[in-house]
Amino acid sequence: MSDFLWLVIALPLAGSVALHFLGRFMREPLPGWLATLAIAGSFAVAAGAAIPFFAGTGETEHLVIWEWMPAIGATFELQWDPLSALMALVVTGVGTLIHIFAIGYMHGDERFHRFFTYLNLFAASMLTLVLAGNYAMLFVGWELVGLCSFLLIGFWFTRPSASAAAKKAFVVNRIGDLGFLIGLMVMFATFGTLSFEGVLERAGAELTAGTATAIGLLFLVGAAGKSAQVPLYVWLPDAMEGPTPVSALIHAATMVTAGVYVVARSSPIYAESAVASGVVAVIGAITAIWAASIAIGQRDIKKVLAYSTVSQLGYMFMGVGATAYVAGVFHLMTHAFFKALLFLGAGSVIHAMSDEQDMYKMGGLARRMPVTAATMGIATLAIAGIPPLAGFWSKDEILGALFERGGIYSALWVVGLITALMTAFYMTRQWVLVFTGEPRWDEGVEPHESPRVMTLPLLALAVLSVVAGFVNTPFRFALEHFLEPAFEGVEMQHAPEGWGMFLVLAALSSLAGVAGVAAGWLAYNRPADAWRRFQEGFGRLWTAWEEAYRIDDLYGAVIVAPGRRIAEATAFQIDSKVIDGAVNGVGALFFRIGSGLRLLQTGYVRNYGAGFAAGLLIVAIWLVMRGLS
Amino acid sequence: MTDWYMLLAAALFTIGAIGILVRRNALVMFMCVELMLNAVNLTLVSAGRALETLDGQLATFFVLVVAAAEVVIGLAIIVAIFRHRETASVDELSELKG
Repeated sequence: MSDFLWLVIALPLAGSVALHFLGRFMREPLPGWLATLAIAGSFAVAAGAAIPFFAGTGETEHLVIWEWMPAIGATFELQWDPLSALMALVVTGVGTLIHIFAIGYMHGDERFHRFFTYLNLFAASMLTLVLAGNYAMLFVGWELVGLCSFLLIGFWFTRPSASAAAKKAFVVNRIGDLGFLIGLMVMFATFGTLSFEGVLERAGAELTAGTATAIGLLFLVGAAGKSAQVPLYVWLPDAMEGPTPVSALIHAATMVTAGVYVVARSSPIYAESAVASGVVAVIGAITAIWAASIAIGQRDIKKVLAYSTVSQLGYMFMGVGATAYVAGVFHLMTHAFFKALLFLGAGSVIHAMSDEQDMYKMGGLARRMPVTAATMGIATLAIAGIPPLAGFWSKDEILGALFERGGIYSALWVVGLITALMTAFYMTRQWVLVFTGEPRWDEGVEPHESPRVMTLPLLALAVLSVVAGFVNTPFRFALEHFLEPAFEGVEMQHAPEGWGMFLVLAALSSLAGVAGVAAGWLAYNRPADAWRRFQEGFGRLWTAWEEAYRIDDLYGAVIVAPGRRIAEATAFQIDSKVIDGAVNGVGALFFRIGSGLRLLQTGYVRNYGAGFAAGLLIVAIWLVMRGLS
Repeated sequence: MTDWYMLLAAALFTIGAIGILVRRNALVMFMCVELMLNAVNLTLVSAGRALETLDGQLATFFVLVVAAAEVVIGLAIIVAIFRHRETASVDELSELKG
């Protein structure tokens, strides 16, 4: 079956190419369904190829498609192991649902087919990233998803804010990519190859702690850019300018988890460096609580989810940083389900509210759109960590691993618990603001439930958000066994063993979740005046959250403004004066020489004759002198 | 004996050269050119006589032929200019100055 593995990438790629050239000749829903078919086919192939892993008989396979640069281990090679299988299934599975949703959401857009061209191209790129058999090919996918992210954030490029957000995402990602690229160079200098097999199997024996730390930290720079970690997270909230299905697919479920995937994939390297792992975990913790606090103060329905995504990605980094790779990947998977659901639900709401995104102008939507309200409610509880929904299990495993690891990681555990409380609070706040209470709609807005093509993916994701957690519970560590071959020989952190400890930790984390939900409910399930007063009660703290601590202003003043000044100095001083001055000066010099020499051409024959005679005289004198000596 | 011929040739050549430089009439300048050419012819012939070879006389024939051809073309040009401009003064024909 894995002989057909190349189809996983080829199908969406073919869909993208076909839609690029033929899409504009098709009538509206057709390009969407073609793209959906392509990615659904990709899902089917991936699921079929993953059967041996589910059965427990699968072995890691390599499929070389094209010898690109064999000398450095950079062939076009697919690696099929449980980790890439899981990633591929999440990407194609969630991707299929989002494609279907987008058919309804993008209805009436004049560049309908172009949207699906990009969406399929993104799927192919992301699958290249997760199926890559070496770091060079992974980097190719890594850059391609960045490109697709740029194209899709700026899909409505006629809006200045959208094109600015697309550029911002691209530039911030470049910073991270530079770190990643240098990491790859260090890796190549150390091992002489970039293939997973060559590097990861020899890492334990050949890597010194210093080199491992260097590679680990450089990879973290790349991962922080792509996965929106402190301090490079600022592009993700702005990326909400893209159409909502894009936010769900790229900026919640798949692309932004690439950083977590890279850290998990490189686990043998991180195993050699406690420092690099620790930094990953600390960065994750800072990001988690930082973004969660910002999410509390947001009033844009998508901005809440954006900061929530940043925060949850921080959670995953905490997990993989604590070497609890399965827990991190587990949370990656469950998060893909419920965050995609939340984004799609938000898209459904925005659609119904005629493109209104301000939650303060919503309210009371549950009666108008029951399916969206119910499914988003499930996702809210799932991300809040209420048992037995998916988020509870994965979050609990990360927290358990942090607790068991002890030391500095105990502090991270506390941060994780506080973040869980905040997460539950702001998610409940969002749900209550949107779906309950008195309508605060603008005049002329008539909300309505979305068409079935949009609600069916919501229902499917809602089911997944409920059941996905059961793949890895203390009762049955199915995911752990599934992923075992991918982390062979790597020492991994687990949650504490034994029921007593589990129950205590689970009780604590569910308590945080329940408390957050209850607080959110009590604070916001009141008339608008009441919760407005509640928010004002926080004073300047609330303003800080609402304005996201003004980090953009800080970056603007510290990085962008000096950069602009340097650019202006080089453009208008150095370039236009020094460089242009030199070039123009050479021209002017020859012009002056020419104007001087021009005067010798008098037009009087006798002047030429005089020159002629003088020359003759000189030659004659020279001849005579030579003859004499 | 040869020295005198040489001195005469030098004098003729100098008169021709100065004439070219100071006169403005194209026809007169032409005559000066002829003077210089014939001064050279005189040196060739007298040098050939002194060295007792025929080379000098031989070269003179070439000079005569070239001079004849040159006179034909030169006079034609001067006549054409005169018809056009009603002048033969070279100072008034200075349009090609830089």
